[in-house]
Amino acid sequence: MRKQFEAQLEDLNMRLIKMGALCETAIARAIRALLNKDDELAQQVIDNEKDINHAEKEIENLCLKLLLQQQPVASDLRVISAALKMITDMERIGDQAEEIAVIVKRANLSDTIQTLHLKDMAMATIKLVNDSIDAYVRRDLELAQAVIKGDDVIDNQFKDIKENLIEMIRNQCQNASMAIDIIMIAKYLERIGDHATNIAEWVVFSITGIHKEGKEI
Amino acid sequence: MNDIKIENLNLYYGNNHALKDVNLSIPKNEITAFIGPSGCGKSTLLRTLNRMNDLIEDCKILGSVIINDEDIYTSGVDINLLRKKVGMVFQKPNPFPMSIFENVAFGPKTHGVKNKKQLFEIVERSLRQAAIWDEVKENLNKSALSLSGGQQQRLCIARALAVDPEILLMDEPTSALDPISTNKIEELITQLKEKYTIIIVTHNMQQAVRISDNTAFFLLGEIIEYGKTEKIFAVPNDKRTEDYITGRFG
Repeated sequence: MRKQFEAQLEDLNMRLIKMGALCETAIARAIRALLNKDDELAQQVIDNEKDINHAEKEIENLCLKLLLQQQPVASDLRVISAALKMITDMERIGDQAEEIAVIVKRANLSDTIQTLHLKDMAMATIKLVNDSIDAYVRRDLELAQAVIKGDDVIDNQFKDIKENLIEMIRNQCQNASMAIDIIMIAKYLERIGDHATNIAEWVVFSITGIHKEGKEI
Repeated sequence: MNDIKIENLNLYYGNNHALKDVNLSIPKNEITAFIGPSGCGKSTLLRTLNRMNDLIEDCKILGSVIINDEDIYTSGVDINLLRKKVGMVFQKPNPFPMSIFENVAFGPKTHGVKNKKQLFEIVERSLRQAAIWDEVKENLNKSALSLSGGQQQRLCIARALAVDPEILLMDEPTSALDPISTNKIEELITQLKEKYTIIIVTHNMQQAVRISDNTAFFLLGEIIEYGKTEKIFAVPNDKRTEDYITGRFG
C-alpha cells in the first residue's frame, strides 16, 4: 500500500509543479504583453486561464481521494493539506494574470508604465511567484521564508505607484481612465504577491508543521 | 496531576531485555495510547501497570511504577487490591461461561459484596456505564456467551468497571470487532475518561488519533517519542515515529 501511496504522492507533486509552471507562464506573459502592448500574447493568457482552473480541480480531486483512501498522518498529511490550500492561491494568480491581460488588450499603457516603475514591481512579482513555486519543488525552507519577507517590497512598490498616480491626478492628468487601469494592474500585482506569500507559508507548514505566527498544529 | 509515573523501568524475560529505561508520566482522566510494531514492548508495559507480568516465569522487573504516590513494585503491595484499582480489558472478549449478571457481579462478590440489592445496583450501574444495559436488561440471566463479539467486549468493560477501578488498561480492545462495534467501544472509551484514566494499546493508527489525548511510540523496548496525540500524528519529532505512522517502516 505504501508503494501505491508514494506513487500517488509523486503524482500530486508533479501536478502541483505543472500547475505552478502554468501560473509562472501566465504572469510572465501578462507582464510581457503589458510592457510591449502585445494583444496576441494577452489573448493567450486569457485563453490559458481555463487550464489553470482545470489543474486546480484535478489536484483538488486527487487530494480528496488521498485523504479518503490513505488517511494520511505526519508529513503526508501536511503535504496533502498544504497542496489543497496552495492550489487556491495558484488559481487566483491565474485569475489576476488574466485580469491584467484583459486591461492590456483594452488600453495602451506602455509609455506611462515606464515613468511609474510598474515594470520593477511586475518583475519583483514574477520573481516572488517563481520563488514560491521553486521553494515547493525543492522543499526549500529558506527560499520560502525569503518569499514571505519579499512581499513587503511589493507592498511598498504598490504604495509608491499609488502615491505617484495621486500626484498625476492632482496635476490635472489628461487620461483619468489610464490612471485607473494602472492602479488596477498594480493592485493585481500586489495581490499576486500576497498569493505567492500564502504559497510560501504553506510550503513552510508542509516542511515544519508551523503555519504563520509560529503556531504549531 | 499525574496518575501514573513510570521511572527507569527495565524488564527482562530471561535474557531478553524487553523494556529499556522506560520513563513515562501518564495524566489522570485522559486517554493514553501505546503504539508500535509487534514485539516492541507496549503490551508488556501495559501489563506491568497491574503486575500481570508477575505471572510469567523468568520475568525480572527493575525500576518503579508509582500509582497515587505508591510504588506498586515494593513488597507488601496487595496485588488483589491493585488489580481492583487497575482494571484490564483484553484483545479478545473473554466473558466467563456464566450469566450476564454473574459476569459483572463476580468481581464485587470476590471483594466481599454479598447484599443482593447492592449487587444488582452495581451490575446495573456498570452495564449502563458500558453502554450495554438497554441491550441486555431483559436477559440478565442469559449466558454471556450468547452475546455478539461487540456486546461481549462491552460486557467485559462492565465487568472491569464493577469493582470501581481508577485506571483501565485496554489491550487492543477492538481488534476482533466489526466497525460498528468498534465505534461503540470507542465512544464508550471517550465517555469513560471523565471518571477513569485509560491506557490503550492499539495497532489502529486512526483509532489512536480519534480517541487518545497522548500517544507513546515504542520500538524495540524503548519509548521513542511521547506527547500529545495531535502533535505526534501531525509533526512527529523523531524520524522513526514518522516512518512507523506513515507506513514507511521496515
